[in-house]
This record gives sequence, structure tokens and C-alpha cells, in this order.
Amino acid sequence: MIDKQVEDVAQALSGITDGASVLVGGFGAVGQPNVLLDALGEMGVKNLTVIANNAGFEPDIGLGRLIGRGCVSKMICSFPRGSSSFDTFYRAGKIELEVVPQGTLAERIRAGGAGIPAFYTPTGVGTQLAAGKETRTFGKRDYLLEHGLAADIALVEAWEADRWGNLTFRGSGRNFNPIMAMAGRLTVVQAQHVVPLGAIPPNDVVTPGIFVDRVVHVPCGDPPIAKVATAQGGTK
Amino acid sequence: MTAGTYKPWGKLDIARRVGADIPEGWYVNLGIGLPTLVADHIPEDREVVFHSENGILGMGPVPAPDEVDTWLVNAGKENVTLVPGAALFHHADSFAMIRGGHLDLCVLGAYEVAQNGDLANWTTSLNDRVPAVGGAMDLSAGVRNVWIMTTHTTKDGQPKLVERCGYPLTAGKAVTRVYSDLAVLDVTARGFVVTDMVEGLTRDELQKLTAAPLHYA
Repeated sequence: MIDKQVEDVAQALSGITDGASVLVGGFGAVGQPNVLLDALGEMGVKNLTVIANNAGFEPDIGLGRLIGRGCVSKMICSFPRGSSSFDTFYRAGKIELEVVPQGTLAERIRAGGAGIPAFYTPTGVGTQLAAGKETRTFGKRDYLLEHGLAADIALVEAWEADRWGNLTFRGSGRNFNPIMAMAGRLTVVQAQHVVPLGAIPPNDVVTPGIFVDRVVHVPCGDPPIAKVATAQGGTK
Repeated sequence: MTAGTYKPWGKLDIARRVGADIPEGWYVNLGIGLPTLVADHIPEDREVVFHSENGILGMGPVPAPDEVDTWLVNAGKENVTLVPGAALFHHADSFAMIRGGHLDLCVLGAYEVAQNGDLANWTTSLNDRVPAVGGAMDLSAGVRNVWIMTTHTTKDGQPKLVERCGYPLTAGKAVTRVYSDLAVLDVTARGFVVTDMVEGLTRDELQKLTAAPLHYA
């Protein structure tokens, strides 16, 4: 019998070692595998390379906390702002940063999971982020060569999971999670709900279980209320 | 009218102008900050579909405080709503829409716009801040029409419309139109072509606030 569900978070993360590359899903407060990140920090692993859209937010939650504990030596992300722990480590020269345009980051991860070693994209041509990259002209337009990005581990947050690892997501919690599940050599899912095999209608499966290695039930509830935009365009 | 008697358009005036110019049926991405105001200024008889790069098509207005769904955030990480007909998808699909030329328009802010359409809006230096790009390069390289909403000059009165960008580029030859607080300008093969300007402002005055030659339709 295939059963990818594990008893607890410790089992879900067992075998992760110093120096691992780790894909971390989530965008804003939604779809963040925060419980897995906290447990990873408590394991005391060092020199992680973390690939995520942001570099965490609050210093006491999830990726911000993992960075604050000194576990991360390199961030690959599109928008490392709004994270006090990242700021502190970056300014102290204790963390390396690779900034990648958000769509290039997503496509590199998708390609990494899909067996595509590299691809050409129009994003970033003629900018500082093109430095050192091959440029090639197709038709009348220039494109940059970008490389697929797979990693040792993917940490994913899902709405539902079954024992085969089939997943659904809720709201904007999908974000990077499905493509990261594809690109992790070991994909670990924290799921709000674990349901019986067959309970997710096949038409509704977003991530097929083939991309998932471990599922742990973490009913951590709704994300916190985010900033609410005002009619003046500011936030409060 | 004598010189100096003009009043710049306010943020909401600019948003109303942009909203009025978006045609029926367009798929539109609004950048964070000022451009998000446009969503509230689409004429009521017009269907326009808003895209958020974190995986939403059919993004609706800001929720009432007691109706917030915390599972829904936009690119600015704010809680939003969905309209009937909305769709949710992952990041690679979202940027396939952007890069693949499927969106009709994105509205962004700018530090500088050059007369050939070059855009600088992601960083003023790689040295003084943590560099962060988000989706700005993908949007400006991939979307058919890139409109800029901005003040005509910086807070210090320096022109933001220039011959060549001094700040690091976000994308080359990307911008197609600029809505400033003083004028509306198309970016053409000739350079900036003014199509509308604040009442009471003279062409000379507008030129003095612009660091590239202005043309008129």
C-alpha cells in the first residue's frame, strides 16, 4: 500500500542535512509551509540555500524565523523586502542573495521539475540582471538564457492531501506550491486536511501525487488578516 | 490664461483617466501602489478582467471588513475578492499569461521613462538597498501595452520623463503611454507625443518640466 502520510513533522523532515537546497512555497501570508519551516529551524540545519518568492516577512514566523536562526546562507528570490531578519543578515554579509524576476523564477522552477535544463526568455534583457547571461536573438527580439531550478527539498502547503499525495489548494494559496512540488527531489507537504484516497475528485486534483513524497497533517487554520487596501491607494 | 495658474491632476483624477481609456474586454494587471486605484474607476457598463500575478484572473474590489477571505491576497499581499467568472492558477501559468502576451495592459509606476519607451522602476541603485524586482521586469517585457501612472517630476522637481534613463532599466522600449499629473503622453517613434494636458498649463511650462523634447499630435 502506498502511504505517503507520516506521523509528525519530525518524520516529514527526516534526512534533511546541512547545505541542502530548499524550495519554499507561499505568497504573502497564504500557502506558506510555516510549521515545516519552524521545525527545520529547530533541527539546527545550516547553510541552506532557500528558493522562495520573498525572504520571509515577520521575524517570528516561517522563513523570516528560519533566516533569523542563521540556517540560511543563500536566498534565491524575487522580492527580498519587508523581512527584518533577512535585512539584518544581508547587511552583515552573512547571507548571499540572487535576485530573479518573479516570472523567471517561476519558469525556472517549472522547467526544473519538467526536465528542461534551460530556456530563453525576454524578461530582463538589457538590464543589470542580464549580466553574465547568454543573449540570443529569435526573430527580431533578444532573449536571455535562464536555467531550470530543481532542489533537494520542496516544502509545500496544501489545502487537502490524500495518502497518495494528491493535492488541492485554496484561494491564492496555490501560487508557487504546485511547481515547487514538481521541482523538489524530496517534496514534503504540510496539509490542512488529510482525506481518504478517492475523496478528491480526479477533476479537482491540482498536484498529482507523483510529485509528492511525504504528507503531514497540519491543521493550522486560516492565514492571518493581511493589509487592507484603502481607496487612496495606501495600505493600513 | 496666464502662466502658473494650472492645478495638477490628483491621484483619483489620473486613475479616472486611465480607467476611462481601458477598452471593453481587456485583461489588465495593475501594479502595486497608485495603479491599484484604477480598479475603482472602470465605467460601470464595461467588463474589464483584472489579473494578479500570484494567480488570480477576475480580481474584485477590496472586501468589507467583515467579509475578508484571508486565503485571497493580491500581488501587494493585501486581501482581495473574486468576481463571478474568476479563475485561480499557479505562478508559472500566471507568468505564461504575462510573458506570453496574453494580457492586454499593465499599469505601473516609474522612477523614469525614456522617450524610446525604456522604463526604470525597480531600483534607484544596486548599492543602497536590498535589490528587489518582483514581477516588474516580466510585466514590462511581456505585456502588449505598458501604461505608466506617475507624477510628472520627482518630489525635488526633477523630470521623470527623460531622453535616456539614468536609473537601472526594468525593460527596454516597453512603455506605450504615460499618464502624469500634468499630461497624457503617447510614446511613439518620434518620442513623447502629448495628447492631453492640465488646463491652464502652457506647452513651454510642460517642456521645462520634461527632460526630453515634446511633440504634439
